[in-house]
Amino acid sequence: MKIAGAFVAIALALAIQTTLTRFAVVGTSTVDLVLVAVIGVALTTGPVGGMVSGTVAGLIQDALSSGVVGIGGLAKTLVGFLVGAIGQQFIVTAALPRLVMFVAATAVHAAVFIGLYVALGLRVFESPWTAVAYQALGNALVGLISFAVVESLPGVIERRRGGGRRRR
Amino acid sequence: MAVLDIRQRTGWLFAAIVLGHIILISAQVNSRRGVPILEEVTFGSFAEVQRVVTGIVGNVREGWQNYFALQEIRRENADLKQRNAQLDVWIQEERARAEESRTLRQMLGLRDHTEVALVAANVIGASADAYFRTISIDKGKDDGIRQDMAVISPAGVVGRVIMPTARASKVQLLIDRNAAAAALVERSRAQGVVVGEGTATVSMDYLPGSADVKAGDRVVTSGIDRIYPKGFVIGQIESLQRGAGEYSGVVIKPAVDFTSLEAVFVVTTPPPPDVPGSSTGATAPRVQSKDAQ
Repeated sequence: MKIAGAFVAIALALAIQTTLTRFAVVGTSTVDLVLVAVIGVALTTGPVGGMVSGTVAGLIQDALSSGVVGIGGLAKTLVGFLVGAIGQQFIVTAALPRLVMFVAATAVHAAVFIGLYVALGLRVFESPWTAVAYQALGNALVGLISFAVVESLPGVIERRRGGGRRRR
Repeated sequence: MAVLDIRQRTGWLFAAIVLGHIILISAQVNSRRGVPILEEVTFGSFAEVQRVVTGIVGNVREGWQNYFALQEIRRENADLKQRNAQLDVWIQEERARAEESRTLRQMLGLRDHTEVALVAANVIGASADAYFRTISIDKGKDDGIRQDMAVISPAGVVGRVIMPTARASKVQLLIDRNAAAAALVERSRAQGVVVGEGTATVSMDYLPGSADVKAGDRVVTSGIDRIYPKGFVIGQIESLQRGAGEYSGVVIKPAVDFTSLEAVFVVTTPPPPDVPGSSTGATAPRVQSKDAQ
């Protein structure tokens, strides 16, 4: 069930990202929905799920971009693994720890991604800090809202069922 | 059981995946010949997904609009929009031709005009990554699309094809950090290179400091890069600073609104050989496929 959910989350994030990204040209400050999905999967399934989802999502994202295939994959694999491992060791269910996790994971992702491109001499990123900061906040906001929605769904369904029974 | 085994060897699995990525990256960085097969296959397959998703979204949207709007008027409107788009391309070309004829009138009698063949295409997706500016279009090798063909819209230059597959192509937008186009300032004919910055604007490099250039000047393609046909609008200079050797900080606002691209044209005719003094770049577009709206 968790694997199916993870698959659906990644596929949905990729579909929305590729369909809607073209409507927003604001540098690197765009919310990375795929990264949000990877972090979400890692927090709910652990390091293996996070790592595998990060690899798959990152490679597809790389292939759909014009960059080197593998750099985004590696960055998301690392993030998925680290977030999953931390999520297993600590309780990351409250809003604040999750916010910190999303912000930190986005920063790590950007550091690996930009660092590899710069280290390999493939690209120059002129002062990307502001953009990364905005992206981190955007990702955290979207991530927290997504978590709240996903976690409230079973309760809502249960309440509706209960209400239906009472009416009968 | 197999899943349990993997979970017990998380460290090894992590190391294997990281190693795989490093090998993958190394292979691409070392050899830059052609397009990596993995990238092409993945893009080709996912382009089909994008095509289906875009198709579904388009159908739902169209159905919703048709429910409320008068169908006949919508159809007429769509036809007029397409005609208008083609006319916009014509106007752009005519403007370039007029400007060229003013400065190169003596040479006009020495050469024939060439026709630019265009293939209309729909945008079916965008880059899944915030760091790259690419789009996917629904036309590929089967429609005559090849690598490095220019992509334009009625407003101006969009980018170039970087990876054509059988039924779709990946287009690098002019605003991508890796994108560049040979350009000139329409009024003074000063030449330079327009480069993308990954933001909503592009910049112009190698613009001689002695050239007569000012904010508001229109920048068009010069055609010498053999990718973009001559005379197509890139954008308008927003700001610039005059340096000792050359201008610096030349910021150009692209003529194309990259956030609302729905249909584009791929220039399938290669630019003519660059013979000094013989090229006016006056080309007339001819649309081969008209199914893009």
